[in-house]
Amino acid sequence: MTAAVEPSRILSVEGLSARYGHVEALHPVDLHVEAGELVAVLGPNGAGKSTLMRALMGLVPTQGSVAFHGHAVPRRNPAKAAAMGLVLVPEGRGIFAPMTVAENLELGAYLLNDKQEFARRHDRVMTLFPRLKERLAQTAGSLSGGEQQMLAVGRALMSDPKLLLLDEPSLGLAPRVIEEILQTLGELNRAGLPIILVEQKAPLVLTLARRAYIMSVGSIAAEIDPRQVKSHDELAHFYLG
Amino acid sequence: MMNSLTSIWAEARSNPLLLVLWLAVAALAAYVFVNGGYLMAVLQFACIYVVFVAGLNLFMGFTGQVSFGHNAFAAISGYTSAVLTATYGWDPVPAAVLGIGGALACALIVGYPVLRLRGHYLAMATLAIGLIAYEVAVQWDSVTQGYMGISGIAPLGVGRWTITSDRGILIFLIVVALLSLLMVRGIRRSRLGRSFVAVAGSEDAARALGIDVARTKLLAFLISAGYAAVAGSLFVHAVGFVSPEVFGLHMVVLAFTMLYVGGIGTIVGPVFGAVIVALLPETFRGFKEYQDLAYGAALVLILIYTPRGLVSLPDLWRRRKAAQKTDVQQTSARQGGAA
Repeated sequence: MTAAVEPSRILSVEGLSARYGHVEALHPVDLHVEAGELVAVLGPNGAGKSTLMRALMGLVPTQGSVAFHGHAVPRRNPAKAAAMGLVLVPEGRGIFAPMTVAENLELGAYLLNDKQEFARRHDRVMTLFPRLKERLAQTAGSLSGGEQQMLAVGRALMSDPKLLLLDEPSLGLAPRVIEEILQTLGELNRAGLPIILVEQKAPLVLTLARRAYIMSVGSIAAEIDPRQVKSHDELAHFYLG
Repeated sequence: MMNSLTSIWAEARSNPLLLVLWLAVAALAAYVFVNGGYLMAVLQFACIYVVFVAGLNLFMGFTGQVSFGHNAFAAISGYTSAVLTATYGWDPVPAAVLGIGGALACALIVGYPVLRLRGHYLAMATLAIGLIAYEVAVQWDSVTQGYMGISGIAPLGVGRWTITSDRGILIFLIVVALLSLLMVRGIRRSRLGRSFVAVAGSEDAARALGIDVARTKLLAFLISAGYAAVAGSLFVHAVGFVSPEVFGLHMVVLAFTMLYVGGIGTIVGPVFGAVIVALLPETFRGFKEYQDLAYGAALVLILIYTPRGLVSLPDLWRRRKAAQKTDVQQTSARQGGAA
């Protein structure tokens, strides 16, 4: 896949809200992603970033509309969303600890029946994360935090995403490991994969992202161009209102 | 088949303590086969429970759900087998097939609504299913003969060819138990098996990968109910008698004990669990009135020292050796530092 010459909208979200019981955790938000873009979603803890990701996948009851490549993403049907190419790497990675690395990767291609295509995707993940190759027979629970995050991303890539949703990949990782993973994500994005990257630690992603949405108390407070943000003070202004 | 046998052998070689456990079970089977006696019945009983527990393990160990009601499915197929052969003179095979089919149909009807529940609620709902099955067996006098039970159930066999000798039954049950384990192993290594374990790990993560969680749980429930039903039919044909107590709450307690003692979520755990839990009370026969006390104490000790079941013994061994190694290294390092 090559980066589209003409930017076109692949994801458009209108008035998407989500509630847990009686609490509206996500107030109606609008956002969009263009082809080949890496969009950051920033904001403090509890701003609704994870809920937004879960709402996009249909993992929580939602209102509003999500259209992906012109087709409506059905509500409350994450399996369908995954089949459409929306793939979420959840907060805390969601890898299956008792299974081996190989099994986790196989589960990423759960919906795939083509052996050749499977091998192609598998090779790609192995090239991207050589460290996983050495650990294929190990249980996922025995990996280090960084390796687990690589596995989570690798597993997502096994389902050949058309849009990758990453929920705080830096959580609980050492700075050096975070850098390595962000670098890989940057590579993937430059190869044409659109990504929505959720982060609490804003400075990490501002060099990668073309656009960033700032979230605060359950809604999108602002959309910024990271290159225009001159100082941390300015960013703090968005965070704190 | 050959393939899986060689891979079992490769596993056993890399895991000597597990091999010892296997050899012990094989030696016991050989001893009982030659000498017969009361242990014969104990081992037959253990084999039937291997099938029941292996199925329960699919639902509880792999898929991470809970059921206190799988005795109901054993009861449905067991009683169908019993009534059709003893009262209506059917052959055992069609009777058992109908019984297992009936149990699966019930599992489908019951499973669909019940599997929406989770955790304690699922436990309570399944417990109710087991209790209802027991009550029906007691109260439906005209068919089940209530507490009296049904005797004269046809032995295992097809047409004129039947297995009636104790040794023959034992061999047959061992073969069925091993086949059921090989099937569990095949399932665990398939896409279906991986989706079971994924659902146990995180339902949301499984959903996000395109796994239909409700369908996966239902399949796990149905397959495990099928195992329970096979065990139920095997039991009545092997023993020739059935009463409500056979498939009562005691069956659930026993199966849970076997599952945890053997190693929940492992493939071969049910074998060691079933054999040990079936044998232990016999071992303590000499303790007379303290038999139950000794049995309980032995179970507690096993669960304290191998919290992940007997199958985790080799891990325990490895960890101890590793700990000793680091101890030695630390000591020598300290001594080196002092010098």
